[in-house]
Amino acid sequence: MSLKTLIAASAALLAATCSSFAADSIKIGEINHYKRLAAFAEPYKKGIELAQKEINDAGGVLDRPLEFIFRDDNGKPGDAVKIAEELMTREGAVMLTGSILSNVGLAIASLAGEKGYIYLAAEPLADALVWESGNPYTFRLRTSTYVQAALLAEEAAKTDAIRYATIAPNYAYGTAAVAAFKENLKKLKPEVEFVSEQWPALFKIDAGSEVQAIEAAKPDAIYNVTFGPDLQKFVREGSLRGLFDDRKVYGLLTGEPEYLDPLGDEAPEGWFVTGYPWYGFTEGPAKDFVDAYMAAYPDETPKIGSLVGYMTVKSIAAALKKAGSTETPALLAAFEDLKVDTPMGEIVYRGIDNQSTMGAYVGTTALKDGKGVMVDWSYKDPVPYMPSDEEIKAKRPAE
Amino acid sequence: MGLFVAQILTGLANAAALFLVASGLSLIFGVTRIVNFAHGSLYMLGAYFGITLMNTLPGAFGFWSAILLSGLIIGLIGVIIEICVLRPVYRAPELFQLVATFGVILVIQDLALMIWGAEDRLGPRAPGLKSVVRIMGEPVPQYDLALIAITPFILLGLWWLITKTRIGILVRAATQDREMVGALGVNQSWLFTGVFFLGSALAGLGGAIQLPKGGADLLMDLNIISSVFVVVVIGGMGSIPGAFVASVLISVLNVFGVAYLPQSTLVLMYVVMAVVLLLRPYGLFGREEKAGEHGQAGEPDRPIRPAGLYGRIAVAALLAVLALIPVFSGSFTQVLLTDIIIFCLFAASLQFMLSTGGLVSFGHAAYFGGGAYAAALLVSYSDTPMEIAFMFAPLAAGLLAILFGWFCIRLSGVYFAMLTLAFSQLIWSAAFQWYEVTGGDDGLVNIWPAKWLSGTNAYYYFTLIVGVGGIILLRHLTHAPIGYALRGTRDSARQAEATGINVKLIQWTAFSIAGALAGLAGGLFVFSKGSIFPNELEIAKSFDALIVVFLGGVKTLSGGVVGAGFMEVAKDWLTRLEYWRLILGLVIIGVVIIAPDGIVGTLRKVSERIGLRRTEEFMK
Repeated sequence: MSLKTLIAASAALLAATCSSFAADSIKIGEINHYKRLAAFAEPYKKGIELAQKEINDAGGVLDRPLEFIFRDDNGKPGDAVKIAEELMTREGAVMLTGSILSNVGLAIASLAGEKGYIYLAAEPLADALVWESGNPYTFRLRTSTYVQAALLAEEAAKTDAIRYATIAPNYAYGTAAVAAFKENLKKLKPEVEFVSEQWPALFKIDAGSEVQAIEAAKPDAIYNVTFGPDLQKFVREGSLRGLFDDRKVYGLLTGEPEYLDPLGDEAPEGWFVTGYPWYGFTEGPAKDFVDAYMAAYPDETPKIGSLVGYMTVKSIAAALKKAGSTETPALLAAFEDLKVDTPMGEIVYRGIDNQSTMGAYVGTTALKDGKGVMVDWSYKDPVPYMPSDEEIKAKRPAE
Repeated sequence: MGLFVAQILTGLANAAALFLVASGLSLIFGVTRIVNFAHGSLYMLGAYFGITLMNTLPGAFGFWSAILLSGLIIGLIGVIIEICVLRPVYRAPELFQLVATFGVILVIQDLALMIWGAEDRLGPRAPGLKSVVRIMGEPVPQYDLALIAITPFILLGLWWLITKTRIGILVRAATQDREMVGALGVNQSWLFTGVFFLGSALAGLGGAIQLPKGGADLLMDLNIISSVFVVVVIGGMGSIPGAFVASVLISVLNVFGVAYLPQSTLVLMYVVMAVVLLLRPYGLFGREEKAGEHGQAGEPDRPIRPAGLYGRIAVAALLAVLALIPVFSGSFTQVLLTDIIIFCLFAASLQFMLSTGGLVSFGHAAYFGGGAYAAALLVSYSDTPMEIAFMFAPLAAGLLAILFGWFCIRLSGVYFAMLTLAFSQLIWSAAFQWYEVTGGDDGLVNIWPAKWLSGTNAYYYFTLIVGVGGIILLRHLTHAPIGYALRGTRDSARQAEATGINVKLIQWTAFSIAGALAGLAGGLFVFSKGSIFPNELEIAKSFDALIVVFLGGVKTLSGGVVGAGFMEVAKDWLTRLEYWRLILGLVIIGVVIIAPDGIVGTLRKVSERIGLRRTEEFMK
């Protein structure tokens, strides 16, 4: 293919995408790492598209169809900021959403605060988004890392384990997840000690050595924050070398299908984890979502990303409806203590820190038909596990 | 004691895949002088083909033949890449092939996503080797022992091939003097293709053989490439035993790093590489580069002249249009142009040392990101006014360049490039792992410009004045005595020395100037985005600059700026498409093949041919 045909083809494609935009739709700018983190971004996008279709089939919001403009930032915060500007000033988006990586989320949030754009951070895990670096224009849907760590710490405090080892990817999310676990566990059980802290570089784990280093510290229990390919390697080496025998293991996010499914029949058994047991629902809105998702995408099972994408759209639709307009001040006011009906039940965007009250499922991992699943799971409301209002106020910069 | 032995064994087992990939890269570099950045992609493909084949072929026999078959398939893919992409550009300027291999990385990333999908694959375990052996009480996986046993045989096989066979003799001869081998009647192109086959097959084998310890995912291509480079450089480019010793060294060191310095795992490797290069500039087993090997290939450079009247008018017209943009265009155009101007300045600073000075840096992002971080740290920790923090950016980057430059200019050619890479990775790992100060991966946010510059219009004009000013300053320096002296050191260091030029001092100065101006671009960047993250210090950022300088035309003065403008606009368009990496990769490969002189160089030639421009005097 020559350069010319390529350019012509891409121009044609571009023209086709542009002309398909309906004239009177409400546009939402969605920025994500569709290529860089395809394994997580694709289910998320499918969740968005499902909710978008449901809403538009029912007549849209404010009598106008809802339209998401999906843009790829290649996982670079600088590119994301540029795209955010384009979506808001050229494409006519009324607000922004997206990002899985914390750093991209923080960059968009900072821009949102500076320029007065509304940003709903759907997936990023860094709690700094709503606390240390929070601003009035940034909202966050996903359960905070602090709460998920606190849920695991609560369970850990019930056992007689004293010596703990931790393993977490060596970047901001990993550090925060370990700090939150330690803080909550020490509060509940002051006598625990942390005998080994492992910090493999993200997606570059040297699993054999990590397992040896943890084994050498002879801990009673292990707290795992690794995920993705790192988790696969850690689980394989750990099971092989007997690291998990007779030890309690607490896994942050380990029960999410994104991470549990690729492990297949090697999924670890008996870990206490946070996750998304979609296969266990029998009734109610949670089950309805799973059915709708599998009807729309017959070859797929829902991931937690699918649910987050779906809930993102529902939140935005609820905010638009409450505001009765697409103007930023009205939307901003609407997000204050906004109530949204979701597959997880009703959630609220808290006025104090713009964090939603989306909760988390906790349970124990087991093997069923050669696949890892969560059993004995339950849904936890996050509110009792959040830091107190005073603590949050102290963390958030003055408005 | 038992633990110590077990740790050594883990290190040795980890070394196996690293050695396979590194020896392939080393072999390819030794013979063809191509720094093949797509080698990590071949490793990734090896892993994916390995999984697919292992799932179809049953049992232990199937497992091992799947590994061999994936090596074979990847070897053939390497041959296709060599014939289609690299063969047309062997005559292009030195290191130009590097840009083509970037295109290949992008293409393979999207193809792998299309074929195997986004989900991470866990590798199957080796049949019959699924459990552990107790050695001095410590569990050691059987497969680890198998890997430790296999590696020496591969080393031995390669050693036999290189020292005892006719092919090996040709390979060694080509490694020492390519042209002489050609003059003696050896068909060079088939020799190159053969070496590419072998090197790629080794990468594929490496990808398949590590499967029982890991799996296949779409990030593994870029994840392995930096460690592979470290290994090849420490071992000595082109040396197979060197690659073996270095991969064992790095792997074992890493095991102990994990156990005793868990938070420094990233830094360790690059510290070792920097130390080795400082003590033994050509790696442990490498040989000194022969003089002239990295001189200018292809046609001689043209003498440079200041732009003529028409050129000046054209530039003035362009600047006038840029100055009027806010009047007739929306605010996003200004945001986009701000990005483009910043990138142009960054590319121009690299071009100053690369084209004028012949100093190929693989780590120029250290100064861009370094400047940005310096300004951001000042704002975050001492609430420094933006104006002062901004001026600190080029200053800090310049100081950093003076420091690193002092070490780097002692080396030349690829080893110089690799040391700059090692230093930039040091800065990157510091930004990434020194969480308390730099915020690690969460970066530094809320670094916005002062009130009077905070509007999109105001900041656009600010960037336009500073950015264009910086580019003109660099161009002016090229025509000043230091520019002439610098070109002298590039074309012939010995003759330059004989005429009384202090070669190292001139190179050091150029390195520092380029660093300071990259820092200036970084300062503009951080205040335009409001935040800075370690990814602006990554290898990929350095390579972005490198690519656009080559795309624009390495033997021209304006190549970097034109290439940067072209690339930013192309990216802005293409990222809207589903498979944009594939298209961008093909565009890069296309430009490399169709216009090996770069965009500016080709335009100049075309305009001469059709008579728009007079041919240079000296060409007649």
